[in-house]
Amino acid sequence: MRETFAATVDRALDRDPRTVVVLADISAGLFRRSALEHPGRVINLGIREQAMIDVAGGLALTGMRPVVHSYAPFLVERPFEQIKIGLGHQDVGAILVSIGGSYDASEEGRTHQAPEDVAVLDTLPGWTVRVPGHPDEVRDALEQDLPGDHRVYLRLSGTANRAALPVGPRLHVVRTGSPRSAGVVLAVGPMLDRVLEATADLDVTVAYTSTVRPFDRAGLAALTAAAGNADVLAVEPYLRGTSAHEVSEALVDRRHRQLSLGVPRDAELRAYGTPAEHARAHGLDTEGIAKAARDFFLV
Amino acid sequence: MTTAATFSRYADLPALIGLMEGDEKHTGAAASTLDVLWVLYDHVLDVTPATAEAPDRDRFLLSKGHGPAAYYAVLAAKGFLDVPTLRRWTTFDSPLGHHPDRVLVPGVEIGSGSLGHGMALGLGSALGLRAQRIRRPDGTEPRVVVLIGDGELDEGANHEAIAAAGRLGADNLTVVAIDNGSATHGWPGGIGRRFEVEGWQTREVDGRDHDALRAAFTPSRTGRPLVVVARVRNGSRGA
Repeated sequence: MRETFAATVDRALDRDPRTVVVLADISAGLFRRSALEHPGRVINLGIREQAMIDVAGGLALTGMRPVVHSYAPFLVERPFEQIKIGLGHQDVGAILVSIGGSYDASEEGRTHQAPEDVAVLDTLPGWTVRVPGHPDEVRDALEQDLPGDHRVYLRLSGTANRAALPVGPRLHVVRTGSPRSAGVVLAVGPMLDRVLEATADLDVTVAYTSTVRPFDRAGLAALTAAAGNADVLAVEPYLRGTSAHEVSEALVDRRHRQLSLGVPRDAELRAYGTPAEHARAHGLDTEGIAKAARDFFLV
Repeated sequence: MTTAATFSRYADLPALIGLMEGDEKHTGAAASTLDVLWVLYDHVLDVTPATAEAPDRDRFLLSKGHGPAAYYAVLAAKGFLDVPTLRRWTTFDSPLGHHPDRVLVPGVEIGSGSLGHGMALGLGSALGLRAQRIRRPDGTEPRVVVLIGDGELDEGANHEAIAAAGRLGADNLTVVAIDNGSATHGWPGGIGRRFEVEGWQTREVDGRDHDALRAAFTPSRTGRPLVVVARVRNGSRGA
């Protein structure tokens, strides 16, 4: 996904003089050629993430379209107040593109992991949050968001689904349950393939999205209305329950049950290893999701 | 009914501030910036109410945000704000609060109040103007001027911006640092050294001396950003 991101932004640098890339050393090598071809439009500030966000705000104040990139914890958490003040309060936009979401950087340890990123950003108004599940979705998301002026968080992942799905504001139904179905499973970004496998023998509707904010409340309400039960299992690759309040809002007019899967909130996992091992520890592998789904849907 | 035209001189600024704070209550923070703000808007910055949205305008960013009465007074004297608006400041539906909001006030370039954001926002604006090769009809390059306080310089984010601006050679960026000795632990050797070592051109002046300020703001064409350290004793006022 990182290569697709760089290639798509490279094309935008060629075509749109508004595009400007702001870096803090991470991935600077990917943009070395572009930096030579577009003087002043690939800005590497060195390891200065607070400046990175406020500089992006200043660039946007002059009408440019900043694309800002680093590891998730250094892009969203370290300069959080810059995101709030330098972008939001100034009423300007940028596209923040992270790598290392959740536990992709499993061998690097806690300092390079940020499963809280979407939840933290979700405390601020006016953000579009995209969590692509496939490199083609990264390209499609950028092509939709680069021409705008809005605030976007694009969260790249180290794992991907087998096939790309459309990027847009609506939930995408991947499998439709019967009118007597047990409910709806919502898979976000790279969770889709394992959700489909984990729920293969359940009578549920499986919906997918790579756009988690704004959340498609109307779409979820319609899918649960068509299902046998208004029960929703949300499987997100980041902090457990990040979208639980959105599910609650979507279903506020009906009795329902809901369960959130994601990275647990109650303890820091002090382990290295592979992303697959972290997924297993968090119950986000296929077996973990399958067990949680059977328990939740009472089958 | 008052009009901007009747309150357009330096001598009118205390009365304009009085509309907000009351005649008896001029805060030190507001007064420390008064002369610098006046010289900037009267002599230095190429921006008027008519050009407040023009891409090639000069930009002034009040980074420290605190004590904005002098700022609002100068904006009113220069016609960016209606004088009667000053009377209602800090009320619910007033555009003027104790920290300025760019969305609410015409001519205000940034919302500020949380310290340490203005310099990097200003650096970004300077780099944005340069990347787009924005020039005025006479070929000159618009400049970005950021006002910070010596206490504000404590915030580490400033030092990221100082270093980055120096390395990137942003000579369309000027910082004016109001030094009224308010930093708790001080700046041994002076504020200017923090900039100088990062490649900035450094000038130190009396922050009440209009002629000296005017000369100090003469643009740097050296490939280096410019810092003007304006020394001010709180409570003192003069031309």
